[in-house]
This record gives sequence, C-alpha cells and structure tokens, in this order.
Amino acid sequence: MTLDIHKIRADFPVLDQQVNGSSLIYFDNAATTQKPKSVIDALSHYYASDNANIHRGLHALAERATNAYELTRTKIKEFINAPSSDQIILTAGTTGSINLVAQTFGRANFSKGDKILISNLEHHSNIVPWQMIAEEKGAIIEVIPVDERGVLDLAAFRNLLDASVKLVAVNHVSNAIGTINPIAEMIQLAHAHGAKVMIDGAQSIAHLDIDVQALDIDFFAFSAHKLFGPTGVGVLYGKRELLESMPPYQGGGEMIKEVSFEGTTYNELPYKFEAGTPNIADVIALSAAIDYVNALSKEALFTQELALLAYATEQLSTIPGLRIIGTAPDKIAVISFVIDGIHPQDLGVLLDKFGIAIRTGHHCVQPLMKRFGLPGTCRASFAFYNTFEEIDLFVKALRRSINMLQ
Amino acid sequence: MAQSIQETQEELIEEFGLFDDWADKYEYLIDLGKKLPNLSEVFKTEENVIKGCQSRVWLHAEKQGDQIVFEADSEAVIVKGMISMLIRVLSHHTAEEIMQADLYFIDQIGMSQHLAQTRSNGLLSMVKQMKNYALAFSAK
Repeated sequence: MTLDIHKIRADFPVLDQQVNGSSLIYFDNAATTQKPKSVIDALSHYYASDNANIHRGLHALAERATNAYELTRTKIKEFINAPSSDQIILTAGTTGSINLVAQTFGRANFSKGDKILISNLEHHSNIVPWQMIAEEKGAIIEVIPVDERGVLDLAAFRNLLDASVKLVAVNHVSNAIGTINPIAEMIQLAHAHGAKVMIDGAQSIAHLDIDVQALDIDFFAFSAHKLFGPTGVGVLYGKRELLESMPPYQGGGEMIKEVSFEGTTYNELPYKFEAGTPNIADVIALSAAIDYVNALSKEALFTQELALLAYATEQLSTIPGLRIIGTAPDKIAVISFVIDGIHPQDLGVLLDKFGIAIRTGHHCVQPLMKRFGLPGTCRASFAFYNTFEEIDLFVKALRRSINMLQ
Repeated sequence: MAQSIQETQEELIEEFGLFDDWADKYEYLIDLGKKLPNLSEVFKTEENVIKGCQSRVWLHAEKQGDQIVFEADSEAVIVKGMISMLIRVLSHHTAEEIMQADLYFIDQIGMSQHLAQTRSNGLLSMVKQMKNYALAFSAK
C-alpha cells in the first residue's frame, strides 16, 4: 500500500502552522507523537456527550462511558495480541506501568542477592524504579553492555544470566539512538534461566508489530502518547498467573471487592491494579489512535519511516564533522548525532529559529551518554507524516546553523 | 564608573536594533559568545556551576573595592553570548545597583525566550545567582 502523505498530513492539525516564520517541521516524534483529528474529536466528544464516572453508575451516561472505556481495553488487547482483556492494565504511562511492576512483582519476588538485569540503553524510567525496589530488598542491578554501534552485547547478556536473575527489564527500542533490540532471543534466553522479562515498549509500540504471546513476553509497557494518542495513558500487559499472584499496587476505590474496617478483599483483574477514577477521556480517545494506525497498517507506516531514515542518514552523512551516534543495523527512524566543536544546545536553538523541532540533551539516558563519552546529542526522530522535503529543509538549515556557529 | 546599568542596556538595545532578521541577531550573539574570554580553569569548579542547564555554565564573582566583578563561561556559544551581555550590563557595579537592576533589555532585543524555563539553559538561574552574589557581598 502506498501512503498518500499529503492526505495523511491533513489529518494532523498541529502540523499545519508557522513557527518563527517557517512551516513547522516536527522531528521530535520519539518524545511524543502528534495526534490525528479523530483522537482530538474523541476527547471533545466524550466531554461534550458522554462524561460520567465509569463502572458504578446505572444511568445512561455511565453506561456509555463504561462501554467506550472497556472497548479501548479490548482494542489494546487485539493491538498487542494479548490472550484476554483483563490482562490489560490501564496506567498513567510507561513509567507508571514499570513502577507498578517494580512495586508489586518486585516487592513480592525480590530478595537479598537476587539480580535484576537492565541494559545500558535504558531510559531513566526503566532504571530508577528498579534501583528503588532493589535498594529496599537488597537486590542487585546488573547492566547488559552495548557496543560502539549501540547494539546490546548478547554474549555478555548470556554470561550475566544465572539462577539468581529474577527479572530482565529492557527496552524494545532505544529512545536515544533507535536500536531495535532482539527481544525474542533475549526472552528465550532469560526464560531458560527462570527469569521473567519486562519489555519497555514505549518506543516500539508505534512502529513495530507487537505480539505478546508469540514473543512470550511476561510484562509489556507502553504509553498512548507515543502512539498518536493522548498523554496520561499507559498500558501494562502481564501474563495472567503473574498478575494474579502480584499484590495490589495503590489502594482506593475500584480496586476492591469488599471493604470493612476488619479487612478488605481485592477486586479481580484488571481492576485490582486500577485504584480510583481513571483517566477516562484519554483512555477512550486512545481507541481512535489505534483505529487510525490499524486503518493505515503499521507495516506500511514503518516502511515509510525506514525510507525517511535511510534518506536522512545519507543526507546527514554528507555534512563534514557530523557523527551519527547509534549505527545498529536494526533501527527505528531515530538519528542521534553530534558535530565536532559544536554544542548540541546551540544547534537546537538555531534549528528552532528555522521552525524545526528536534531534541537536544541527554534524552533521559545519562548512562548511555556516558558510555559514548558525550554530554548529549541532537536527535531527529521521524514519523510517517514527515516528508523527504522536510529532511532536505532540515539538512539545509543544519548546514546554515553550523556555518553560523563555526 | 563608566556608565550605569540602564545606559548599557540602552546601548545593547541600540546595537540589536541594527539587525533586520533573526539570523543577523544570532550571528552577533554567537560572535559575542566567541569573544568572551574563557573563564580560568581554576574557577570552573563544581561550586561555580549554575544548576539546571543543558550545557554547563560557570559563574565566578569577586568584589573589587565597592564593585562586584563577574566572570562566566559556558560550553554552548549562544548561552555564552547571552552571558557576555549580562556581564557587560551587571559587572563592575555595586551590590545595591545589581540587586535593583531590572533587565529589560533582554525582552527589548527579542531574546526573552532564552530566559524561559523550558530552555533549561540556566540563564534565569544565572541572573538569580548574580543577584544572590550581590546580596551576599552586601551583607558582608
């Protein structure tokens, strides 16, 4: 299927604007993606027509809101091929999902001397929650190293695996440099040693096909806002036996079956982990984002993004002194780069004057930046609605900025 | 004393008034950044780092007579250009003058975005820190 990019761009109202006198070029999709009109309309429709608290009310609005909310859960289940909707826990984001697993699975299963394996590619949100529970439980965190290209060292991973490893927590795709990790192989290896695996799917969900059953993933987390959906919604998928054996996370309404002052019994999955009134409107609007991606086909979108990546990589490579950080053979459409003698922040400031949005800094992966001996990089990250013309304008603006700075 | 804080600000506003487009303005700012002498390595200490910056920024202050003299540096040249202007405006003034200074020139030359929180380039913290030094020196 060939995508009609012109038509697609018209679905994203935010793209049609001038920034500092130039047409906006949005290359910060790894930070957050833009929203199609259908998502924005779903949010507005919910508040204008259906707003009610869910699951408890008997009235018409409560029923409509509850149905729409639960429909999203079903769509997520299908989107990642989970066996059942009640294994889809709705959270505030990937960070919320990881903290939930750390504070429940971790609290119940980690003991002194147990090991948690993470990788050198992890975002701070897949490091700090494990450090917190490890400190509490006396568990040990070990790190899978990366090579010069930003590829995980699988031989080192094999050596780190032993019976003391309780959990392997790695990202599917690196946010800073775009590496796609071989999670199928890593999950098999981890399972062979009795370790469970949590996959941070924040950067893969919008680009790669996710089948949690085929991959045999124990826990999978992602955020709606990186999937063209609203902010403030995340997903945690877990295997049933794991979710059932985990203690509840936060206490409150919704997550209980019966409460008395003598004791409380907890609700079934998924409600056991969803205390309080959830982010109803944004969850409902996530449905529209999933429909949008499904209608165009994730595979077609990714094909377009890879073409953008190849073109941008080729064009950027013609700039003297530019070095691409992260040259893994399998990447999503993310290019991190540095330029000799120029601080990334200066480039970010000047590119903004040209109406171009990229990200500069450490990208919340300070250990990875340290690995490459850099304080930070410039990162351009593409989505299917970006164009080859935008890349040309970006490269031109980049050359002009470098001239100004040198 | 050569000129007042207000006079220096007016001077800068006049200089920037000569530029028609942003690129010329930024080229001038970059030039100011390049011309600002590097801070001596002895002053590039952890204590002198301004927190909350995407690039590292160092600020050193000392009292010479009744005046406060600032020296500063940054890894990023645009930030350094901004620093250069702040030093030109505030350095070699008394603590009281620095504490009372209203830095309206930044807005007037169209650079107020550099003081915004989201920039996280620490210039706002830098202005605060310069005033803090003035307060600390005046208390001595």
